[in-house]
Amino acid sequence: MALAADGGDGMTGEVAVLGAGMHPWGKWGRGFVEYGVAAARAALADAGIGWRDVGSVVGADTVRGGYPGYVAGATFARALGWQGARVASVYAACASGAQAIGTARAQILAGLADVVLVVGADSAPKGFFRPADGERPDDPDWLRFRVLGATNPAYFGLYARRRMAVHGDTLEDFAQVKVKNAALGALNPNARYRKRVTAEEVAESAVVADPLRLLDICATSDGGAALVLSSMDFARRHGAADPVRIRAVSTVTPRYPSTVLDLPDIATDSAVSVEPPAHTFRASVALAAYEEAGIGPEDLSLAEVYDLSTALELQWYEDLGLCGEGEAAKLLREGATGPGGRIPVNTSGGLASFGEAVPAQAIAQVCELTWQLRGQAGERQVPGARVGITANQGLFGHGSSVIAVR
Amino acid sequence: MSHTRTPVVTGWFAGEGDDFRLLGTRCAACTSVFFPREDTFCRNPGCDGGALKEVPLSRRGRIWSYTDNRYRPPAPYASDPDVEWQPYTLIAVELAAERIVVLGQGVPGVTVDDLAVGMEVEAVPGVLNEDAKATWTTWHWRPTGVTA
Ligand SMILES: [Zn+2]
Repeated sequence: MALAADGGDGMTGEVAVLGAGMHPWGKWGRGFVEYGVAAARAALADAGIGWRDVGSVVGADTVRGGYPGYVAGATFARALGWQGARVASVYAACASGAQAIGTARAQILAGLADVVLVVGADSAPKGFFRPADGERPDDPDWLRFRVLGATNPAYFGLYARRRMAVHGDTLEDFAQVKVKNAALGALNPNARYRKRVTAEEVAESAVVADPLRLLDICATSDGGAALVLSSMDFARRHGAADPVRIRAVSTVTPRYPSTVLDLPDIATDSAVSVEPPAHTFRASVALAAYEEAGIGPEDLSLAEVYDLSTALELQWYEDLGLCGEGEAAKLLREGATGPGGRIPVNTSGGLASFGEAVPAQAIAQVCELTWQLRGQAGERQVPGARVGITANQGLFGHGSSVIAVR
Repeated sequence: MSHTRTPVVTGWFAGEGDDFRLLGTRCAACTSVFFPREDTFCRNPGCDGGALKEVPLSRRGRIWSYTDNRYRPPAPYASDPDVEWQPYTLIAVELAAERIVVLGQGVPGVTVDDLAVGMEVEAVPGVLNEDAKATWTTWHWRPTGVTA
């Protein structure tokens, strides 16, 4: 493998992951600030870095905490105790956490900060995510609820049915994704759901959006995740000779015409005047990460993907190039993406075991990579893990993919 | 109680019966079609921008995918919480001439068991809900009985 640390400055463009921390996911009923601060303190302790030594804080925003949620970076900095650090807050729907990591990386590589704390946390509502209040016909998110009643699970149902029709995926395949992820989540102390699930239990759960059942669809959760990132120079001075390194952060946008119906849209772009790009948006997010990291899917030890539904996890296998188009269910059935397989996917238990805490989730994915690449993932450990990828997609043309190596 | 028939969104559809059509816009410079309509700018990155003119979309298309809502969606979807929830279908339809996929509700009474990917459907006028202000109208997708 061409990815061993070279003992020198490493690849230009890399940043070190000095610390990772989480507040466990759940439905705790408290404010997001509390989860974020707990995660931040855990990441700082893991890094062996004092809060006063942090030069910059980047917060991933939540739209559910009022004004403090829109200025999450400052909210966390204030809660930890103002110490003068540079601050930024970013919002990119489900990709907010990855954009926070991207912002931190840019600051480090630009020499603006040696050590950056990245934090995301959310306090989730009951039931379906819903748009902000008020009469807002210019907002596609408001329109899809008003005009169609198209909830997030409805879109997941559309994607799942399409896969069944085009690729022959079955309900049993979808259920097996849940069975796999629930078994891994049972081993993860930060997961919200820590019980194994059988295919029968999935099949017996209520249909939410045909063909998907309750246990095919991820819940919404409270939780917090944080990372302490630094320059490679700082890491060496700090005594971290062989840290986990972030080698790529892809946050590319779609290319016109985007021909896969995306949330919260009512229609796709029309391809009548311009031919669609060679790759779908999701695939292009991953490709940009591979290109930046100078690696390919064959180099991966593990992947953390955004399994908003069981069927979407299968879609990611293809979009990440783990298999050819239409071959995801086969890859799953062969056990390639399970523990001990060629390319274990969602060793954390995935969203199936966590439930989505929007601004924290993409950061949590990188926490899992960090622990895996350090060999600290306990019973979930992928032996000898050297390269990991995350993948994620959110509303309004947001997606992300992070590649970490050691 | 007024029962004025009012489109839930202005300018997205027009006509009655066989004349019912979804309305988009077309860029005069690059021929790109937009639904929901773009009236101020063309979103083709390779286009310097042209006049956007209203165009009716194809009435018929084929099902790209479909699903249903087994649970009551949250507001602003309008439904009476005192009335037992009746699931309805959501159908994504590919219009061949426009090379676009448009989501809509299936006509009342149609269930997922009546649908298949590739089946032909047509846009028909429908009612979304009624309140003190109006009878809010929308588009529905209805199977034509023609299967791919
Ligand atoms: Zn144009």
